[in-house]
Amino acid sequence: MNALDSLLDGFGTALTPLNLLWAAVGVLLGTAIGVLPGIGPAMAVALLLPVTYGLDPTGAFIMFAGIYYGAMFGGSTTSILLNTPGESAAVVAAMEGNPMAKSGRGAQALAAAAVGHFAGGMVGTLLLVALAPTVADLAVDIGAPDYFAIMVLAFIAVTSVLGSSRIRGLASLLIGLTIGLIGLDQMTGQQRLTFGSLHLADGVDVVIVAVGLFAIGEALWVAAHLRRRPPEPIPVGRPWLGRADLRRTWKSWARGPFIGFPFGAIPAGGAEIPTFLSYVTEKRLSKHKDEWGKGAIEGVAGPESAASASAAGTLVSMLTLGLPTTAVAAVMLAAFQQYGIQPGPLLFEREPDLVWGLIASLFVGMVLLLALNLPLAPVWAKLLRVPRPYLYAGIMFFAAVGAYAVGGEVIDLVLLLVIGLIGFGMRRYGLPVLPAVIGVILGPAAEQQLRRALQISDGRVTGLVNTPFSVTVYAVVVLLLAWPLLRKALPRRTTAPAGAPEASEAPEASETPGPRTPSDRGV
Amino acid sequence: MTTPPTPASESGAQPSPSPAPGTRPTTPRTPRTARSWLRDHSELGVGALLLALGVLVLTDALTMDVDITQRGPVGPKTVPVVVGIGLLLVAVLLTVDVLRGGRGQAETGEDVDLGEPADWRTVLLLSGVFLGSAVLIDPLGFPAAGALLFWGAAYALGSRRVDRDPLIAAVLSLATYALFDKLLGVPLPGGPLMGVL
Repeated sequence: MNALDSLLDGFGTALTPLNLLWAAVGVLLGTAIGVLPGIGPAMAVALLLPVTYGLDPTGAFIMFAGIYYGAMFGGSTTSILLNTPGESAAVVAAMEGNPMAKSGRGAQALAAAAVGHFAGGMVGTLLLVALAPTVADLAVDIGAPDYFAIMVLAFIAVTSVLGSSRIRGLASLLIGLTIGLIGLDQMTGQQRLTFGSLHLADGVDVVIVAVGLFAIGEALWVAAHLRRRPPEPIPVGRPWLGRADLRRTWKSWARGPFIGFPFGAIPAGGAEIPTFLSYVTEKRLSKHKDEWGKGAIEGVAGPESAASASAAGTLVSMLTLGLPTTAVAAVMLAAFQQYGIQPGPLLFEREPDLVWGLIASLFVGMVLLLALNLPLAPVWAKLLRVPRPYLYAGIMFFAAVGAYAVGGEVIDLVLLLVIGLIGFGMRRYGLPVLPAVIGVILGPAAEQQLRRALQISDGRVTGLVNTPFSVTVYAVVVLLLAWPLLRKALPRRTTAPAGAPEASEAPEASETPGPRTPSDRGV
Repeated sequence: MTTPPTPASESGAQPSPSPAPGTRPTTPRTPRTARSWLRDHSELGVGALLLALGVLVLTDALTMDVDITQRGPVGPKTVPVVVGIGLLLVAVLLTVDVLRGGRGQAETGEDVDLGEPADWRTVLLLSGVFLGSAVLIDPLGFPAAGALLFWGAAYALGSRRVDRDPLIAAVLSLATYALFDKLLGVPLPGGPLMGVL
């Protein structure tokens, strides 16, 4: 069955009234959550993980996907009207969007962002439809060594590409791996790090880790540094675009996806780098160079389109390889694990209804987003005024609900607070949160694949590199690790695009204040 | 890539909102005392914690009794040993980095103002409210304990609207209880309160 037929079947799944409802709920929740300061898509999905106990997988993932796209859109609203972006993906939107809003063109900035997200999401999802089955086919007979290689790639990428310090990323990853070790060994039943506790023998539920690190950790961290007076949002009317604006933006919308999508699919920090690259590209190609920095509409349209497309790219690697490249994808992977579903090449064969329903619902969600967001923008803007005590009290409350729903045990709440305090310390000392979450989610699986691979090869380490696929992946890993050295060895190109070196320089320097990298903050 | 400065109304309250988040503006400059050195290098504590964690993981792994259960060439010990050694290594590297002047950048955000010193009272109060409500779930039931959690947390964060806060807390908690327990089929304890209603 080719992709088009499958997609049509997927629309059959996505357009049932109930699933349509979940898509709408997801999109609305996602936008609201994205607009709310302090909550990003990963925290939103983490806080909503408990619904997986009550919903069927298809409905749940349709909702999660809606949240992902919605939250990205909502985040740009915050950036434009408040100028204090909390999500990595929305940093760039503030650069031109906020000056636009200040000079009274907020409505146009919001419209450029909304249509940009729509265009980027549409093109990105079309690319997903075109590519995902092919990738899944290519990867369909990958075995234990290949899976292990992919997970090593995820570990290395998440520690060395994201954040500003490799050591701190690695420390975070190891903390996550340690939490993942707690419990009974999957293959032998040996107790590890349980200290005789029956409760710990079950392991620490990944929901508790994700909610603790993303939600409780964030709430405590903000509580310690809460601004006395929250910033005032700029009032805005209904978004619209004039003819002159349209003439300037359509090319930016069209270019964005092709920058965003590839970066989303590889473990390179999600939307952060592509939005920045798109910004630089648009600036270079713009005919209105004098407006840049004072509110050039292309600087909103291009990056927003790239951001949405990168979300689609993220889904390609998450669904076909089980490789999470962003925090949201990591939490979605945890949700798959809750259902006992292993994302990977076989997902398309085993769960076609789920996968294609999910993909089709992305198109539905995108249309819903555009239809809802243009008229509702002033309402969303009101959310920016929510009293902060209620906002963070609400986060604590829903985090508690989520952790308690795992097993109905009070001890889980204590565990949640402990992990939240770890998350607090990590934020204080600049340890990115994402590597820890990836470590918890992928650690146990990676160990299992490693042991399986070595069992097959009878203990020979060559058993880990005996397929072309795994060798390729390890080559990429080596490249990632050696990149800082290689860059030093290569002669500096003076003609390099202004943004590219800056964006890729961030990971290696450990103490340069450099570009703000809130990548770990995509919560 | 830096966040452009916030509107003028804000900048009075906080001298430098976002530039150079790597430098810690909170540290007062009183050089050459042991205390200020320690405060400047408090990140060494992270290294110490990682070291302790590494020792813990290694001890646990090496005291494991595996002879009966081993299957395949890699037993349940291998990965913990690797992780433990990794932790020790990272602890050392981090310590070296801190001593050489490296600092982790404290995280920024919409509502985060790093210009002020950390408000530990709020953090302790929040943690206390959270633990207290957790303990109360079993005797009081979820709706009551949840409402207390929300109200208490809002109070800890500075909200003092005695008329509005408990009302919002009660509605939120009851609605959540109804949504999870009745609609989503995730059981939450109603407690004596729900028995009466």
